[in-house]
Amino acid sequence: MQVKTSIQKMYFSNILLGLFLSFISLSAFANEPAAAPTSEVKETAAPAEAKSEKFDPGKLILHHIADEHEWHFFTVGHFHATLPLPCIVYTASAGLQVFSSANFKNEHHEEVPYNGFVLEHGKIHAENGEKVYDISITKNVASLLLSAVLLLTIFIGIGKKYQDNPHRAPKGLQSMFEPIIIFVRDEIAKNNIGEKHYRRFMPYLLTIFFFIWFNNMLGLIPGGANVTGNIAVTLVLAIIAFIVTNVNGRSTYWTHIFAMPGVPKWMLIILTPVEIVGVFMKPFSLMVRLFANITAGHIILLSLVSLIFIFENAALGLAVVPFSLFMNVIELIVAFIQAFIFTMLVSNYIGSAVEEHHH
Amino acid sequence: MELITPDFGLIFWQLLVFGVLFFLLAKFAWKPIIQSLAEREQSIDEAIKLSETTRAEMAELKAGNEQLIASARAERDALIKQAKEASDAMISQAKLDAQTAANQEIEKARVAFEQEKASAVAAIRKEAATLSLDLAEKVLKSQLKDKSAQEKLVSEWMADVKLS
Repeated sequence: MQVKTSIQKMYFSNILLGLFLSFISLSAFANEPAAAPTSEVKETAAPAEAKSEKFDPGKLILHHIADEHEWHFFTVGHFHATLPLPCIVYTASAGLQVFSSANFKNEHHEEVPYNGFVLEHGKIHAENGEKVYDISITKNVASLLLSAVLLLTIFIGIGKKYQDNPHRAPKGLQSMFEPIIIFVRDEIAKNNIGEKHYRRFMPYLLTIFFFIWFNNMLGLIPGGANVTGNIAVTLVLAIIAFIVTNVNGRSTYWTHIFAMPGVPKWMLIILTPVEIVGVFMKPFSLMVRLFANITAGHIILLSLVSLIFIFENAALGLAVVPFSLFMNVIELIVAFIQAFIFTMLVSNYIGSAVEEHHH
Repeated sequence: MELITPDFGLIFWQLLVFGVLFFLLAKFAWKPIIQSLAEREQSIDEAIKLSETTRAEMAELKAGNEQLIASARAERDALIKQAKEASDAMISQAKLDAQTAANQEIEKARVAFEQEKASAVAAIRKEAATLSLDLAEKVLKSQLKDKSAQEKLVSEWMADVKLS
């Protein structure tokens, strides 16, 4: 049965990929009988297992871009290369508890309850239905900490070099990051905020720029976490941007929101709600843009790789591998561009907030 | 739906990590980096400005030097000219003086010579007169030694007187 469907799939792929690929897929078909008995054995021996092993690209992709309580690198046969991460949970009755996420798996790699908690769809629930405050070191948190350590090591190291010889030409890592720092300063901060105020916001802008950039790139490493493609992370970044913008809002900024100058009074009935929505829409768009761009990039890459498994045809790799390599390079650029856009828009919002009255 | 539902735990950690990251980076990385970048740019700017002013000063100095040299040269030329004129004048004066002195000397010598000549001529004339008188005396003496001669002479003179 499975053999037949796989043959059908093969023909489908042949139509799709043309003569060249069909030649190679025919040779793959020649190997098929050897593989067939094992799948039949599986089907008869353990129908449940065979069902679970059926390839579902949607599930795989969502699993890869979602957060989880263990860091899963790869699976070969029954060997799962995972790094169990600490679970930190708080419930009103049991208080704060810390334990390894490995406790949720038994020796057969099946999900089991532990200590009154169950892990369902990557979320920890209390068996007694209590509200669980889960501040576990998940895959994303671990990656976040890793990126923080990386950022601190690199930039504090660079900072020391600057402190030690401030008037010398940059060397090594310093000379790699200096143009980017100057780019953030001159092209992003100075251009959008203006000569007068930009210095105040430099530490914040540099931090978000490098935070987003580093996490975007760490996410592109195979096995890496999808940190900046997680809505919680971008939500926090957007909230911080919202606070920074509005705390620094000057009279011109607020008048433009509540009483747009040079507009008929009755128009304000329409304009003011729009402007107020705009205040919240700006950080909201920041949140969605970063999340969607990074997640979409991951989905595209995973979909491309999944094609091989959907069509069960290794030959497809000839087409998919170069294309996913191309997409990966695109994603590297996107990683930088998204960091740049986020920082630029934030500095643009700050610029409009600190702008002084001039007409 | 799960994809766009922010997780409480991750929000918590992201706030914490980002906050700590911001403060540590701001204090230990961005502050020295931004400060020293600004300082470096300022020092480069100053160095360029300084070199520009130095260059301008140098050019000014050079122009001044050239002017100085030119004026010194003119002064020197003037001095040389003046000196030459003075020396020329002195030489011509000296020549003139020498000429006049020589002329005077010559004149003096000529006058003296004329005097000497005159006195010498006078002396010679006197001597010649004396000599001729002496000679005439001697001749007369010799000729009028004997009587006959004297007589003859007297007669001759007599004859002359007669004749006249």
